[in-house]
Amino acid sequence: MIAGVCSGIAERLGIDPIIVRLAFLGATMLSGAGLLAYALAAVFLPSAQGDRLWTRFSGGRGSLEIAVGAGLLALSGVLLLRATGWWFSDAIVWPAVAAAVGGALIWHQFTAAPGDGTAATAPLDQEAQAEGAKPSFLRGRALSKIGLGIALVLGAALMFLWANGALSAAGDAVLAATVVVVALGLIFAPLWWRLGRNLATERGERIRSQERAELGAHLHDSVLQTLALVQQRAGNPREVAALARRQERELRAWLQDRPSARTGDSLAAALGAVAADVEDAHGGAVEVVTVGDCALDPAADAVLGAAREAILNAAKFAGAAGPIDVFAEVTPASIEVFVRDRGPGFDPNVIPVDRHGVRESIIGRMERHGGSASLRAGAGGGTEVELSVGRTAG
Amino acid sequence: MSPTSPARVVIVDDHGLFRSGVRTELGDLVEVVGEAATVEEAVECIARLAPEVVLLDVHMPDGGGLEVIRRVTAESTAVSFLALSVSDAAEDVIAVIRAGARGYVTKTISGPDLAAAIERVRAGDAVFSPRLAGFVLDAFADQPGPAEPDPELDQLTAREREVLRHIARGYMYKEVALRLDISAKTVEAHVSAVLRKLQLSNRHELSRWAMQHRLVDPE
Repeated sequence: MIAGVCSGIAERLGIDPIIVRLAFLGATMLSGAGLLAYALAAVFLPSAQGDRLWTRFSGGRGSLEIAVGAGLLALSGVLLLRATGWWFSDAIVWPAVAAAVGGALIWHQFTAAPGDGTAATAPLDQEAQAEGAKPSFLRGRALSKIGLGIALVLGAALMFLWANGALSAAGDAVLAATVVVVALGLIFAPLWWRLGRNLATERGERIRSQERAELGAHLHDSVLQTLALVQQRAGNPREVAALARRQERELRAWLQDRPSARTGDSLAAALGAVAADVEDAHGGAVEVVTVGDCALDPAADAVLGAAREAILNAAKFAGAAGPIDVFAEVTPASIEVFVRDRGPGFDPNVIPVDRHGVRESIIGRMERHGGSASLRAGAGGGTEVELSVGRTAG
Repeated sequence: MSPTSPARVVIVDDHGLFRSGVRTELGDLVEVVGEAATVEEAVECIARLAPEVVLLDVHMPDGGGLEVIRRVTAESTAVSFLALSVSDAAEDVIAVIRAGARGYVTKTISGPDLAAAIERVRAGDAVFSPRLAGFVLDAFADQPGPAEPDPELDQLTAREREVLRHIARGYMYKEVALRLDISAKTVEAHVSAVLRKLQLSNRHELSRWAMQHRLVDPE
């Protein structure tokens, strides 16, 4: 609440700030050590922005004078309290001070090790972090500071135990264990936290290099192969166009993360696959636009079959005249598909009786499923087949 | 500039081969007054040459077509943009339209069709490819949206929907007019209204696309 220490620690440890605040409050009520620890932590622990209150207040020059002044002020305050009798037992206060200083030292070394302080706040810069992370907290100077911190915390724990043992002859085993656990936690928590973060960094690196390898493999199997084929068949423009078109389709599907093989569960995907097959077989371009989608229930299956026939017809008789436009719209009430070509067109009233494709596969199929199919001359030329079927609820 | 003279056009694309290809395809149908390969060049070139229409590649280094639109429209609004791209991903299309482009066509378009689209954009109308029409129908689908503060902007009229459906079916504007028995001008008015809604609507599907591309700041 005052310098944000509690919430900062809570955030780092991933627990509710209330717990940390209660812990500090408890420590304050018991011995006053909470206040001291809070002040120390506020000064030494790095804030979320990476700077420490210490440096924020001091602003560089004159920081030593300010530190000494603050220290003397605090000392005089402590002596005054002691002289007036407002003082807790020495056996509690001094171990608490030592533990706080030791803990702060260790935290400081692990969380703001040289060459890592900036990288920690910039997760994008992970390569620099991975390089600087491992050796930094094992360097000589840092190691000696950590050692001093550990010694201080352990010494404080021992002092506290000894003083308590002297006070209560029966020596409280539970209390002793608790104190040891707290001391060990103070020492090792930063180390564990750091190790966890290193592991996460390495894992991210590994995933990225895997992705790169996968991308390379994919490009090799698809685009490079096609380019080689294009060079071989350079004399045949029709074949080259078909190759380019197929490659484009595959690459788009891959970029949009559309599994091209899984056509069983979506009308839109199945229509796309049909269009792709027709393109491959007949060369012309088939543009598919879908609005909405649905599963391949019997009605959708019927529309799909009829649409396939219509697209095939269009490709056969009008594929050279321009692209074939396929538009499918799925609403909660119905499925509609339009297949439009730019060919010479024909009069639907004079469909030859032997044209099994149109009569049976398109019109008959739709009618059997309670839908309808109609052929008409598209405005401005070409032919348009319109397929429509109602959807049963669910 | 009289309407009979060819439109003055600048082509912005980072692939030189593609720029010269478009130039050849267009031939005498329009007057290509300049080309640019980068965002910087494009901004400078458009300011200097003051073209009527800019053919804009969506994917370029340093922010692409979006960045060009943003920087040019910050200076003046006299120039119209027609986006030209190989991408048919919904977010690319919607993003560039929302930034202010008056149309979107794919790079496989034929020369005469492209020239017609340029003329349309120059006249202040909108150019919708079948795919773009499909995206818009999808985005404005008749689902009960959780938040539609402005029904005027967040919904399409039945007529606008009908026009879009015909465009999605591959109809040219004049063919749509024939089919629906309305004038070509009315078709253009409907499409321009849809474009306006597309650019101004706060429908959450559109906001999401816009947000992904940092067109608007989240909060």
